[in-house]
Amino acid sequence: MTNTSLSTREKVEKSMVRRRAAEKRFRAYGMASVLFGLLCLVGLFGDIINKGASAFTQTVIRTEILIDADYLGINKKAEDQEIRNADFEGLIKQHFKNIVQPEGRTERRLLYSMISAGAAWQLQEAVLLNPALLGQKVTVNLIADDDVDQWFKHDRGTDSHNNRMNETQVKWLEQWIEQDMLQTQFNTLFFVNGDSREPELAGIRGAITGTFLTLLVTFLLSFPIGVAAAIYLEEFAPRNKITEFVEININNLAAVPSITFGLLGLAIFINIFGVARSTPLVGGLVLTLMTLPTIIISGRAAIKAVPPSIREAAYGLGASKMQVVFHHVLPLALPGMLTGTIIGMAQALGETAPLLMIGMVAFVVDVPGFVNDPSTVLPVQIFLWSDSPERAFMERTSGAIMVLLGFLVTMNTAAVMLRRRLERRW
Amino acid sequence: MNYSSLIIAVLILLGGAYLLGRNRARAIASQGMRLHSLPTHYGALMALWTGLPPLLLLLIWALAEAPIIDHLLIAQLPEAVQQGSSSDIQLAISKVHNLAIGAGIEAAPELEPAVRHLLDLQERTLVLHSGMVLSLALLGIALTWRRIKADMRARTEVESIVRRLLFASSGIAVLTTLGILASVLYEAWQFFGKVSPFEFLFGTTWSPQVALRADQSGSSGSFGAVPLFAGTLLISLIAMFIAVPVGLMAAIYLSEYATPTIRQYAKPALEILAGIPTVVYGFFAALTVAPVIRELGESMGLAVSSESALAAGLVMGIMIIPFVSSLSDDVINAVPQSLRDGSYGLGATKSETVKEVVIPAALPGIVGAIMLAVSRAIGETMIVAMAAGLAANLTANPLDSVTTVTVQIVTLLVGDQEFDSPKTLAAFALGLVLFLVTLVLNFVALKVVQKYREQYD
Repeated sequence: MTNTSLSTREKVEKSMVRRRAAEKRFRAYGMASVLFGLLCLVGLFGDIINKGASAFTQTVIRTEILIDADYLGINKKAEDQEIRNADFEGLIKQHFKNIVQPEGRTERRLLYSMISAGAAWQLQEAVLLNPALLGQKVTVNLIADDDVDQWFKHDRGTDSHNNRMNETQVKWLEQWIEQDMLQTQFNTLFFVNGDSREPELAGIRGAITGTFLTLLVTFLLSFPIGVAAAIYLEEFAPRNKITEFVEININNLAAVPSITFGLLGLAIFINIFGVARSTPLVGGLVLTLMTLPTIIISGRAAIKAVPPSIREAAYGLGASKMQVVFHHVLPLALPGMLTGTIIGMAQALGETAPLLMIGMVAFVVDVPGFVNDPSTVLPVQIFLWSDSPERAFMERTSGAIMVLLGFLVTMNTAAVMLRRRLERRW
Repeated sequence: MNYSSLIIAVLILLGGAYLLGRNRARAIASQGMRLHSLPTHYGALMALWTGLPPLLLLLIWALAEAPIIDHLLIAQLPEAVQQGSSSDIQLAISKVHNLAIGAGIEAAPELEPAVRHLLDLQERTLVLHSGMVLSLALLGIALTWRRIKADMRARTEVESIVRRLLFASSGIAVLTTLGILASVLYEAWQFFGKVSPFEFLFGTTWSPQVALRADQSGSSGSFGAVPLFAGTLLISLIAMFIAVPVGLMAAIYLSEYATPTIRQYAKPALEILAGIPTVVYGFFAALTVAPVIRELGESMGLAVSSESALAAGLVMGIMIIPFVSSLSDDVINAVPQSLRDGSYGLGATKSETVKEVVIPAALPGIVGAIMLAVSRAIGETMIVAMAAGLAANLTANPLDSVTTVTVQIVTLLVGDQEFDSPKTLAAFALGLVLFLVTLVLNFVALKVVQKYREQYD
């Protein structure tokens, strides 16, 4: 008896080394998995920031230029229209030709390609704003072309071969750097311009406005409908087959791929009802259908969390069912519902696929003014830019992603804060 | 008046009606009569009857106006166009619309009667619908005003109307499902009229390019979707290879081993991964992961496509980790402590308890979680649209470029569409397959998880 028990004990003790090692290994796998997830997160953010941080600065050429009224053929009393038609581009070309003294047509073309098409606009805007500048020498920061921008920010001093500057251009650039003409400044254009084919002029204002309008439509529709549906299902719905069917539907819709909502928007909203495509209105309608399940599910959870004692007290004082719900349950559940709505909105903010189906991929230069103007949204803008071959667009894509992530972090933090602040323990 | 000013007008009337109704009820009460309901109920009743019918009418009008006007316009188009195909008619109608708003396209004298008819119609409908909406609102005010009496059961009526509104709101979810089904079914039905379902489901060549001219070679296009299904499956499989082990182990570590502090920070941090927009993952996959994989492969002497399935699958796996981990975390936490205590009592170590007791007990829930994750992977669009290719290769090599169902839907539907070409309709047929597959996966997964929860409740 003692013998066998001892031998069992020995067996167990012998096996303990192996079992402890297995235990340690298992634990290490777990820790490695969590670390892997966190590492991916850090890697993703690091990569985006690494690529995109430079999108917030823009290379400019600081130069003193004579706004030659004779060359432009306008005087100080010129109408705005005349100023708009004046050849500022030629003026700038003339100016740089005098500075650099290029030889031959090829060199001239190389030189002109280093200045952005937006530089002429800059001068024009300045003159429009203050016609007194005509005939004077002014110091301006003219926007450089995206290739110059990339070279100055990334490739200078390295023997990188992926820039598109040739030796002559690099020689001029080095001269300009010695004369302190090349500088970087905060990239305001990135935030105030719409989309453009020229990377140095492309901005996200159009996309941000489009996103805002789309989310506005989504919120105005999905919040009231979602709250109403949650109230009905939680407080009024009879327990029968119909209610069960509705519930199954909502749970399934929450997990249906988002692209199918785009198919619905295309076939029903656009083709049958004739809603204009590419607009925040149709985008908002599609995103409403997509976010509704999230809002309804979180809304129901919030209503469920209100203790029955509140309802019973209200009934005891003679309130009707409707009064109990709208005067007592709803105000108490509202913070939870708002949290769910913000999370739903954050989902809608990052959504791209269904919007591709309903034409929000159009190249839209103008900033949309209202919900029925053609527009695009931030995620779709990211998708569009990421397809562009220019290196400068890759930088801008990462910059736009940083802005998008910034919005998302703000919204999610707001949701968490709201929950912390308004959370009640019953 | 246009829609927004009409809506504002109705809202102002609605507010006025509320005050009117409430004051009338108060006036009745001040004469010494006992009201059945609170004065605000009478106000609310009046507001509801003033606002609801006109807004409903406005909604129906807004939805029905464009199709009806277009239908009326067809009669005014030249004979030759009316005889033509539906796309010709569509083209002519959009031309007429552009001419009517004076968009800078060249004048077409043969469309002149239609343009005049359109302008005339627009003017008339504008007067008609503003008139009808406003008079309906005023009618609501007048009728309810006359009905307000001391013994009128305003509260009951208001509450039953509100209840119906609440019911209608919850019905929208059902309508959405029906809408998705109807739209994909209808277009897919038309597609299967042109291409046999058998060819679609079992054909192995996918080249949806339909020739513009009839005499062009290869004009038929071929719609065998097997390469797409295989590509979707391959990428999802790669994603699950990453997500399932990592997600499951992370869930086990967080629920069984981690200290509360670690859990408090690591869990939300992992869930951030689920909140990052898929377009960001797509960018990451296409511009960071794919080049790295290609360089790695080339240094080992392997031919790696720059749009390899591996890059898309890997990044998709990263995206899905938090789905698996948080769902599994829930199920693992739902396993009663008594089962663990029993196992410890028999001398099992923690990992043995997890492997022999907790996981088997939680298995149905974990399977459900994995099914939900698979459905997510199949339906994911942006990562594959940006990082996977367009070439419909039938291959099991993860270093090759494959295409997926969602990528093809996007490519077929982005840009100009004609709704009678099989190319566009094919996207809806693919959508139907995608919807049905994910629906079945979700439905079964939700049932499994629900059943599992009930087991330990």
